[in-house]
Amino acid sequence: MSSPRNYQTQAIILKQIKLGEFDKLLAIYTPEFGKLQALAKGACRPGSKLGGNVEPLTHSLLFLARGRKLDIITQSQTIDGFLGLKSDLWRLSYGFYILELIDLFTMENSVNRPLFDLLLETLHRLNEADNDQIILRYFEFNLLCHLGYRPQLKRCVICNSYLKAQANFFSCRQGGVLCPLCAQKETAAHPLSVDALKVLRLWESCDYTMAVRVKLKPELSWELRQVLQDYIKYHLQQEVKSMRWLEELKKLSLVDSNSSRH
Amino acid sequence: MSSLAEPVAKLVRELSKLPGIGPKSAQRLTYYLLRSPDEEAKTLAEAILALKEKISLCSICFNITDCDPCPICQDKKRDYSIICVVEKPSDIMPLERTGKYNGVYHVLHGTINPAEGRGPEELKIKELLSRLQNGAVKEVILATNPNIEGETTALYLQRLIVPLGIRVSRLARGLPFGAELEYADDMTLSQALEGRQVFQ
Repeated sequence: MSSPRNYQTQAIILKQIKLGEFDKLLAIYTPEFGKLQALAKGACRPGSKLGGNVEPLTHSLLFLARGRKLDIITQSQTIDGFLGLKSDLWRLSYGFYILELIDLFTMENSVNRPLFDLLLETLHRLNEADNDQIILRYFEFNLLCHLGYRPQLKRCVICNSYLKAQANFFSCRQGGVLCPLCAQKETAAHPLSVDALKVLRLWESCDYTMAVRVKLKPELSWELRQVLQDYIKYHLQQEVKSMRWLEELKKLSLVDSNSSRH
Repeated sequence: MSSLAEPVAKLVRELSKLPGIGPKSAQRLTYYLLRSPDEEAKTLAEAILALKEKISLCSICFNITDCDPCPICQDKKRDYSIICVVEKPSDIMPLERTGKYNGVYHVLHGTINPAEGRGPEELKIKELLSRLQNGAVKEVILATNPNIEGETTALYLQRLIVPLGIRVSRLARGLPFGAELEYADDMTLSQALEGRQVFQ
């Protein structure tokens, strides 16, 4: 039996490319089909019924018609527009970063339901809460786990001995933590503190509610950021463009003394 | 070897580089020009040349212009204490058509788009800030498009300009004329509600 000509799906809009005068080509992430490309015809016209429902950083219910090459969005309804997130420069920029990571790491038509749930919950959390550093780090870590890059955190990757409560090392190439002895042979390993290892082990098994309860000291937060972003860069093998924008913003907030984010 | 005469083939090639013009349309245009009077083709060619030779960016507002400063920046009747910031030169025309705005403009030539790696240094933001230094400007109207990139740009500019003690306003967002409430998205509707006005 051939697949139906129309179908309905939830989707998070990842990015848009303007096509011609009024149309948009979208990359969307769906729970049932993974990443898809879809055409939103006339979305840039004033008064378009698609309009704001198909802007990036929106969770929408979409009705699509199968086209020869691209599926066409015929109706749309916003489930959550993440308005809180869109009215704050920092959180909006983090949103861009999250969407870009999903877009870069996923292939079209490869279904990954847990990843969709993680993305949706991350955007919800970011929309409501203020502890965005933990949310981002938890997202980065679990993104890697859901994609099959879960680092080994209990035993040394090389000698397989249980890791002791001491300063160990993280190796992107080996995909996990090394004991100090094995780390001497591995040139590209970075030191990993006991606290950082504990937090990563916790995040491996706990949910968001539990994860955001952890209070991170600035140094620990910085360390986790370095480790996770190095690991992301190692697997991605390309630049995350919105990172450059986050760096730009950081310069701005150094001038602005009110901001405690980094 | 092409069966077309070289001048014809060349024009077809050049025309088909234009947006929205495929090889068939390019051929049609070429044959139209071949049949049309010499004068018409000459005027078109001159118009294209003049476009590249005479048009430059206004040194004050960065609108496209054939004289520097542009007619709007030169106009003595305009209110120089209000600057309306737009994304691209073609955004000025519709604002002028309303006849409701008497201030001056500033064209950014793009928006901040983190996803494409386009940052503020690629826009005319530094130039805008230096225009605000002399203290003559009382208000900046952010008229970037109401989409996610326009919003990012507006939030960034707000952050830069508010500390200078200058009033920053944003074009009202809400329902466009001729739209239906039933199909409006959440963001538009909630902003339309927040920005509602007394009806008298």
